Amino acid sequence: MDVPNAGTRGPAPANPGVIAAGLDPANPLRDPRDRRIPRVAGPCVMVMFGVTGDLARKKLMPALYDLANRGLLPPGFSLVGFARRDWEHEDFAQVTYEAVKEHARTPFRETVWQQLSEGVRFVPGEFTDDEAFDQLAETVRQLDHERGTGGNYAFYLSIPPKFFSTVVQQLKRSGLSDPGPAGPDGRTPWRRVVIEKPFGRDLATAKELNDVVDAVFPAHSVFRIDHYLGKETVQNILALRFANTLYEPIWNRSYVDHVQITMSEDIGIGGRAGYYDGIGAARDVIQNHLLQLLALTAMEEPVSFDADSLRQEKEKVLSAVRLPADLALGTARGQYAAGWQGGRQVTGFLEEDGIPADSRTETYAAIKLSVDTRRWAGVPFYVRTGKRLTRRMTEIALIFQAAPHLPFAATDTKELGKNALVIRVQPDEGVTLRFGSKVPGSAMEVRDVNMDFAYGESFTEASPEAYERLILDVLIGDPPLFPRQEEVELSWRILDPVEQFWAENTKPEQYASGGAGPASADALMGRDGRAWRRL
Amino acid sequence: MTIDLTDTTTGAIDHALNEARRRLGGMTLGMVLTLIVVTDEAAQYDAIRAANQAAREHPCRILAVIARKPKADSRLDAEIRVGESSPGETIVLRMYGPLGQHADSVVAPLLVPDVPVVTWWPDEAPEIPARHPLGALAQRRVTDTAAAESPRAMLANLAAGYRPGDTDFGWTRATPWRSLLAATLDQPHPPVTAGEIAAEEGNPAADLIAAWLSLRLSAPVSRTVSAGPGITAAVFTTPEGDIKITRADGRTATLAWPGRTDRMVALHRRDTAELLAEELRRLDPDEVYAETLEHADLSAPAELPRRTNAPA
Ligand SMILES: NC(=O)c1ccc[n+]([C@@H]2O[C@H](COP(=O)([O-])OP(=O)(O)OC[C@H]3O[C@@H](n4cnc5c(N)ncnc54)[C@H](OP(=O)(O)O)[C@@H]3O)[C@@H](O)[C@H]2O)c1
Repeated sequence: MDVPNAGTRGPAPANPGVIAAGLDPANPLRDPRDRRIPRVAGPCVMVMFGVTGDLARKKLMPALYDLANRGLLPPGFSLVGFARRDWEHEDFAQVTYEAVKEHARTPFRETVWQQLSEGVRFVPGEFTDDEAFDQLAETVRQLDHERGTGGNYAFYLSIPPKFFSTVVQQLKRSGLSDPGPAGPDGRTPWRRVVIEKPFGRDLATAKELNDVVDAVFPAHSVFRIDHYLGKETVQNILALRFANTLYEPIWNRSYVDHVQITMSEDIGIGGRAGYYDGIGAARDVIQNHLLQLLALTAMEEPVSFDADSLRQEKEKVLSAVRLPADLALGTARGQYAAGWQGGRQVTGFLEEDGIPADSRTETYAAIKLSVDTRRWAGVPFYVRTGKRLTRRMTEIALIFQAAPHLPFAATDTKELGKNALVIRVQPDEGVTLRFGSKVPGSAMEVRDVNMDFAYGESFTEASPEAYERLILDVLIGDPPLFPRQEEVELSWRILDPVEQFWAENTKPEQYASGGAGPASADALMGRDGRAWRRL
Repeated sequence: MTIDLTDTTTGAIDHALNEARRRLGGMTLGMVLTLIVVTDEAAQYDAIRAANQAAREHPCRILAVIARKPKADSRLDAEIRVGESSPGETIVLRMYGPLGQHADSVVAPLLVPDVPVVTWWPDEAPEIPARHPLGALAQRRVTDTAAAESPRAMLANLAAGYRPGDTDFGWTRATPWRSLLAATLDQPHPPVTAGEIAAEEGNPAADLIAAWLSLRLSAPVSRTVSAGPGITAAVFTTPEGDIKITRADGRTATLAWPGRTDRMVALHRRDTAELLAEELRRLDPDEVYAETLEHADLSAPAELPRRTNAPA
């Protein structure tokens, strides 16, 4: 290699995150061909708000430990917690320890924990407390000095969105949001902010929320988490579609009859009544997860897999999504009624704690969408999601047209359905192909069979949790898996008219717990001469 | 389920496999490769166990090849295990007499169609793995120089006989160190003018890391001997002082950087199954390994500069 190993180098790269991704002229030890050396985050501090919350304890802190355990966090990585608790650093370390022990995916190793805990700090305070934020600023500066974190900070806002404004303004006031000038080595430190759904409850509030964050952080430094995009199988959609010759020729209206995208849960709303009431299934799941899955399924091939190209294609296809002309016929929604699910007696949605008896919030939603492009003209995309259904599963199913001519006697193919390609997102990640096959015997009889691929990875260290992947991408500064504000707004544009129609015209229909959803959803499919796939 | 077949043929093995699969309900689906393990009676238990663990990440058919009693009459015994601890299938093939010299004739018909083949020698390996009949069947050949009597001599052999697709556990063991070293230099740092790797003697990973560093940094990197375990220190010499990573206990390393508080980094040694799983992750030729191997100075064996006490 003819780049001399020099300690100082040219201008800071436009995207500082690329450094750790292996293209850094300053680090001769990195070579894109060297695929054994994993992408490791660069030196940095993660500042976490809402550390006492559910998400932080069950997902974020365990994911940080798992990353450390896999050697993907840099030496000196530090975690600063902020919360309204009268805690010392050690108390927070203890909280983190317990969260990690209980929820981490990889085996617990004392040495890894020691490495992580050396960099754990805590700052007590209210969001409105200027002094606390000054203290926070002091703490991270000290970490830069002591642990070589290089002035790079990621702020994780694991708090209710109504506090974003206060926190973001505090970060600005205390100077924390300002990366400052480039250091003596020519590198500009980075600032990144991570936010969680919900990204608003409609287009207007999504814009307001964005304005709040946008006022302080430039668009490229805002990372919106949609944890579905961190899942292996979802990323595999891109590999399946664009690394093979087999699928792309039939991935269009000439062969596909329709597409079904499903996310069903077997549980109810649990303790989340406060959040859920007034939001409902469509806002909670369709606006983000299902429309993202739709975008990845329906989009054209991006010119490359960098963030801009990928997001461009997703935005193009989202902007081509159309609602049915008659929303009464093209949508369905419901609320789970009391009944039996998975062998247990369960209460109905309206009897849940914290839900008003006259709530009109839906726990099941189905919408028929179309995609107005040459590729998809006339192919309906049916999306549905619901709680307390038969079982927990998420899948994308492409149902193909029937063969144009069957040279068999009609009775021979009575049991033959349509070919299907199913991408199983969870829980049993993989791909299924359904096609007709001859039943062994002397008669010609054709029946549906499945061909299955399940990659074994799901039960080993090598297959990361979605949050591990996403947090690592934030720390590396790799944005393809994070939806941009434009995508969020496009999704709300799709959903807003539906929500408005529902609010003005319908009341959710009750459906049996443990079943497949309301009768109106079946009728929606029935009118088109189709049926939902069995849950 | 385990099926024992004595004095058998590959046809009979194939038949028994199909039968077992039918009884268990279609188990072969999703196998991503065939892993040939060339071992002996003494080592087979550990090797197969590691292979089974790696198979959880990479569902595969494991063909363990064991040569026995070269003087006996030719005979093939097979032990088929399906639906047990791992998602794939394991077939232990014991070859007696002259058949041991023609193991490929047994193995070839048992490869899973269409998917890659990897051959692994957990212990002694042939001088030129790609020329070995079982190596010739594979696109990836995995050896372990650390298991050899003279690791350096074997590394030199491997360098001379290198073919694309070869790889060695010495290199696999180097990965955590190499990623830590790379991560260390992700930080703004003064120019590195020299380096040092200290490890116990007969540690091919250390030889390879030293070669890799000197190649990448275009700077001299010395390989010194310590009491171990494994690699105990890596040092970057800079005008501002040494950047040092030391690991005395084989588990936790300390990163010392001039003018900063020492930092701790977990750097544990990995077991065979983890090493194997890393090898199975990518099956294309490892160019960086090839360059490193070519660059390694393996000529001067015995007289390494010796350190009297463990590195600081
Ligand atoms: N949990 C999930 O699975 C999930 C999934 C998707 C998205 N999210 C989103 O992730 C974020 C966090 O979720 P969560 O489930 O962890 O919520 P949570 O359990 O309600 O936790 C909220 C956190 O915010 C803090 N907080 C609330 N009001 C505060 C105030 N006035 N001053 C200071 N701190 C305050 C809480 O601290 P105290 O303990 O002091 O009250 C707590 O640490 C939310 O934006 C949520 O919408 C969560």
